[in-house]
Amino acid sequence: MKMHRYEKIWLFLAASMLVIAVVYSGVQTFALGQGPPSGVGMIDPEKVEETAPFDNPGISKIGENEYEVVMILRAFSFEPNEIEIPAGATVHFKMTSVDVMHGFQVIGTNLNAMIMPGHIQEAKQKFKKPGEYLVICNEYCGIGHQLMSMKIIVK
Amino acid sequence: MEEIEKQSKLRKMSGGNRLDSRLTLTYFAIAFVTLLIGGLLGLLQGLNRAGLLELPTNFNYYQVLTAHGILLVLVFSVLFVIAYFYSILSHTMDGLFPIVRKMGWISLVTMLIGVVFVITTVVMGTASVMYTFYPPMKASPWFYVGLFIVVAGIWIAAFGGFIQIAKWRKRNRGQHIPLLAFFAMGVFTLLFFGSLGVTAEVLMLIPWAFGWTETINVMLSRTLFWSFGHTFVNIWYLTAVSLWYVVVPKVIGGRLFSDTLTRVVVILLVVSNIPGGFHHQIVDPGMSEGIKLTHALMSMVIGFPSLMTAFAMFFVFARVGKKKGAKGVFGWITKMPWGDVRFLAPMIAMIFFIPGGAGGIAQNANQLNQVVHNTLWVVGHFHITVGVTAVLTFFGAMYWLIPYLSKRTLTPAMNKLGVIQTLIWTLGMVFMAGGMHTVGLLGAPRRTSYTTYGDSATAASWDPYLLLLAVGGTLLTIGLVLIVYIVFNLMFLAPKGNTEFPIAQGEDNASETPKWTERWSVWIMIMLFIVAFGYVFPLVDMIRNAPPGSAPFITW
Repeated sequence: MKMHRYEKIWLFLAASMLVIAVVYSGVQTFALGQGPPSGVGMIDPEKVEETAPFDNPGISKIGENEYEVVMILRAFSFEPNEIEIPAGATVHFKMTSVDVMHGFQVIGTNLNAMIMPGHIQEAKQKFKKPGEYLVICNEYCGIGHQLMSMKIIVK
Repeated sequence: MEEIEKQSKLRKMSGGNRLDSRLTLTYFAIAFVTLLIGGLLGLLQGLNRAGLLELPTNFNYYQVLTAHGILLVLVFSVLFVIAYFYSILSHTMDGLFPIVRKMGWISLVTMLIGVVFVITTVVMGTASVMYTFYPPMKASPWFYVGLFIVVAGIWIAAFGGFIQIAKWRKRNRGQHIPLLAFFAMGVFTLLFFGSLGVTAEVLMLIPWAFGWTETINVMLSRTLFWSFGHTFVNIWYLTAVSLWYVVVPKVIGGRLFSDTLTRVVVILLVVSNIPGGFHHQIVDPGMSEGIKLTHALMSMVIGFPSLMTAFAMFFVFARVGKKKGAKGVFGWITKMPWGDVRFLAPMIAMIFFIPGGAGGIAQNANQLNQVVHNTLWVVGHFHITVGVTAVLTFFGAMYWLIPYLSKRTLTPAMNKLGVIQTLIWTLGMVFMAGGMHTVGLLGAPRRTSYTTYGDSATAASWDPYLLLLAVGGTLLTIGLVLIVYIVFNLMFLAPKGNTEFPIAQGEDNASETPKWTERWSVWIMIMLFIVAFGYVFPLVDMIRNAPPGSAPFITW
C-alpha cells in the first residue's frame, strides 16, 4: 500500500489532533475534576418520594458556602422549582425522575445532564456571578415539555 | 462467455437492465415523495420555533417533529441508500440476479407496510415519542411492531446485496469486486449489524407496550437505540463518500485517488463504526467517567478515515487542476466545472463536511459535549452533516442516475435549475443551521416547541436567532419543491437518450490493489470484536446492575 509523503504527514497530524482531544478530555475529567455528570446511584422509580434523600427534596447547607440540592423531576416540573444561594456558592445536585427521561440544563453555565428514572444523577456547579439562572428540561418529555423550567437565584 | 459479454455490452448501451431500473426508480420515486412530506413538516417546525405559527392540538409540534424525523431519518434515507446501491450493483455487475431483484421488491413492500403502521400511529396521536422513542414513554404497541417490520425489510435488502455480491464473486473468481460494489458491501454490512441492537430493543418494547411485561430497562433500551442511531448516520455518510471517491473524479475529468486506499477507508469506517453510539450518552447517569472516556476515543477513531478522505479529495482536485494547467496551491479552484451540477452539489456537500466534521469532533470531547448536549446546536450539526453532506450528495447523484435509469438525458436548462436548487438549498442551510448552532450555544433546547419559559429574559434573547430557522426553512422548502420537480422530470419528462454512469478509472501507473482487501469475513470479525470491546462490559453492567425497571408512561 503506497502512500504519498504529504498524506503520511497529514494523517500523522490528523491522528495527533484526535488523540490530543481525547487526552485533554481525560485530563479535564481525572485531573481537574471536570468529568461529565455520571452519577451511578440507583433508586426504585416508583418509590422515589419515600426513599431518602428524595423524601425531602430541597436545598440544604452542607459546608462553608456549599449546598446540596435534592431534586425530583417529573412531567412537567422541577421540585424544588426555585432555589436561592449566595454568589460564589458551590451546589451539589442530586436528581432523579419519577416518570420519563428529562434533562437538566442551567442556561449560562456548562451544567447539562440527563435525568433518568431509576438512576440518581449527580452534578456540581459553582455559581460565581449573581443573577437569575434559567433552568430547563432539554429532553423531550411530553406535551408540556416546553413549560418545564425552574430558577436558580444567585445573590 | 462471448454471449455474456455481448449481453453485458447490450445492457450498457441500453442504459442498464430495464427490470432493475424499474425497481430502483420505484424506490427513488417513493423516497422523494417521502422527502417532500417530511420536509414540509420541517417547515412547520421552523415557523413554530420562530414564534410565527401555532400548531393545532390535534396536529401538534411533537407529532409533526416525530413524523419529520421518522420520514426523513428512517424512510427517505433508507429507501435512497438501497436504491442507490442496487443501481450500482446492477450497473457494475451486469444486472441484478433475479432472486436479488425479487428481494428488492419484497424489501420495499415490507418496509412500506411497516411505515404505514408507524405513520398511522403518529398521525392518530398515539406515538408522539420522536424517532428515538426512549422508554418509559410508551407509544402504541403497533408503532413498535411497525418499526420491527421496517427493520425486517431493511434486512431483506441487505441480504439481497450480500447474495448479489457472493454470486458475482463465484462467477468472477480471482477478481476484485468493483469499487462501488465494495462500498455497497460496507453499507449492507452496517445496515444489518448496525440494526441488530435496535431490533433487540424493539423486541423488548413490544411485549411491554402490549402490557404483557410490566417494566422496561430504560438505560439498556437507550444504549441499544444509539448503537443503531449513530451507525445509520454513518451509512448515509459512507453512501455519500462512495460518490466522492468514484463519481466526482470522473465528472471533473480525472482519475481515482487510489483504489487500495479507497477500499481501506471503507473497511475502517465499517469496523470502527458501531460503538460510536455512546457519544450520545456522555451526560447520562449510570455510566462511569472511565467508560465515557474510553468511548470518546472509540468515537474519535471514526474521524480518522474521514480525514483520509479529506486528503484524497483535495489531492484529486489538485491533480486534475494541474493537468488542466492550474498554477499554485489553490489554482485548481478555477479549473473545476462549477457550472456542472453533478460536480457542484457534491462539492458543496464536501465543503460542509469541514465544519460538520469539526463540530462532530468538538462535540465528542466529553466537556464540550456537556455545553451543547440536547441544545439546538446538535440539530444544526446534523442538518449540515446529514442535510447537506449526505443529502446534497444524494441530490447530486440524481442528475445522472435518474436519467441513466429512465433512459433520458439531463438538458442544459435542467442542469441550470439544478445549480439554482443547490444554491438555494445551501443558503437555506446556512441560515437555518447557522442559527441553530448559535442559539444552541446560548442554551436554546432542541425538541421543544415555541416557549417563553414564563417570560424569561434569557429565553427572549434567543428569539432573533430562532427567526433564522424560519428564514432558512422557507428557503429549504423552495429547494425541496425544486428537487422533487427535477427528479420527477428526469424520470418521466426529460428528452429520451442515453446518460453515462460516471465511474472514474485508476491512474495508468496505479499499483495493483492487494488481495487482502477482499477478505470481508476478516473485516466482519474485526468489526464484531470492536463492537464486543465497546459494548460487552457496559451492557452486562446495565443488565446485571439495573435499577428496578420502569412502567409505561403516556405524557402527551
